[in-house]
Amino acid sequence: MIIKSSPTTNSQILSVGSYRPKRLVPNSEIVDRIDSTDEWIQQRTGIQSRRFADPDETVISMAKAACERALKRANLTMSDVDTLILATISYPFQAPSAATELINELGNPKAAAFDISAACAGFCYGVAMASDLVRGGTSKNVLVVGVEKLSDFTDPDDRATAFIFADGAGAVIIGQSEDAKIGPAIWGSDADSRDAIMLTPAYTEFRNAPDKGVAQLGWPNISQQGQTVFRWAVYSMSKVGLKALEAAGVSVDQLDVFIPHQANIRIIETMVKEMKLPDSVLVADDIRVNGNTSAASIPLAMDILLEQHPEMHGKLALLIGYGAGLVYAGQVVQLPPQP
Amino acid sequence: MSLSQADVLAGLKEIVVEVAGIPAESIELDKNFTTDLEVDSLSMVEVVVAAEERFGVKIPDDAVEGLVTVGDAVNFIVDAAK
Repeated sequence: MIIKSSPTTNSQILSVGSYRPKRLVPNSEIVDRIDSTDEWIQQRTGIQSRRFADPDETVISMAKAACERALKRANLTMSDVDTLILATISYPFQAPSAATELINELGNPKAAAFDISAACAGFCYGVAMASDLVRGGTSKNVLVVGVEKLSDFTDPDDRATAFIFADGAGAVIIGQSEDAKIGPAIWGSDADSRDAIMLTPAYTEFRNAPDKGVAQLGWPNISQQGQTVFRWAVYSMSKVGLKALEAAGVSVDQLDVFIPHQANIRIIETMVKEMKLPDSVLVADDIRVNGNTSAASIPLAMDILLEQHPEMHGKLALLIGYGAGLVYAGQVVQLPPQP
Repeated sequence: MSLSQADVLAGLKEIVVEVAGIPAESIELDKNFTTDLEVDSLSMVEVVVAAEERFGVKIPDDAVEGLVTVGDAVNFIVDAAK
């Protein structure tokens, strides 16, 4: 007996939407606690400012605002969305998922919904899965959301991380297409470097050592080995980018836009050099103004890039997400059409 | 393959000039990468990776911290190439 299956289709990004917290925090507000300077931070990371969410700007409220903008731009309502994939490491509940809270808030509590934990690669992991869900016929329209409130999990006194991480949300809708507009994902892990980026201690530590508590154990915060991450990000991820281009049959000369995870301008610039991208490729640099928002950084950078360069709607972009795990994913996409 | 200290210093100078834009004449064995040459930690990674490619050696992450002066890097590369 042959199992009935949906006819296969192609996939595309129909729209993008984002939400940036209201509060812009310049380096001058950060430097005193970490005995640093604006110049030092800009030289090492390119970051001039970042956005920190206020207490009323939650993971869910930011994600909801980003999704509503993406829905509006695609001329869809939440009832058209049958699947929602949410990438985050900063939703403060283990269960139920942020995705289920979000579909409820968005008004379609019957959609399939789940969270993925792939840190700064989470958005590209989500795009890969959404594209294949649409292509395989399981889903028709998928919301992929990257959202972070990393200010809740960053030590403001840590000289290595306090100036890097930030808050925000970005979303895309992935739907059916006649032509292939999302290339194959090149993804994987380098889990032997798992300790290069950590969020510790585990919640259970507080139960196991109630006499110590947050005062001695410290709140779960992100820590990272800067040189190890830089080396891996630049030299391994450049190869991933070139493989993603090859898998999509796109040469560096045919590429219009490069939107890597916004981790550090030095990583981005060295990747561009390593991949030998021509000057004609527009490179996203949202890191400078809005900091590193982990799973949210690529859709946030995509949205602002299309706002500043509307002629790039429908053009070819290379996306690469990479982060704690260490994990990575990259793919070539056609940017969404102008709404 | 064994490399001479002079060869490695000459090659390393070219790399540091390329990565950090420092004049070649200021790069000497006793110079401290951070305090004398202002090669920051991320540029140091670029120097290390370029040196690995050029000299065909491995310089692991945990060894990079010990490369304080140009001489430390030259000696490490000469030893690693033996």
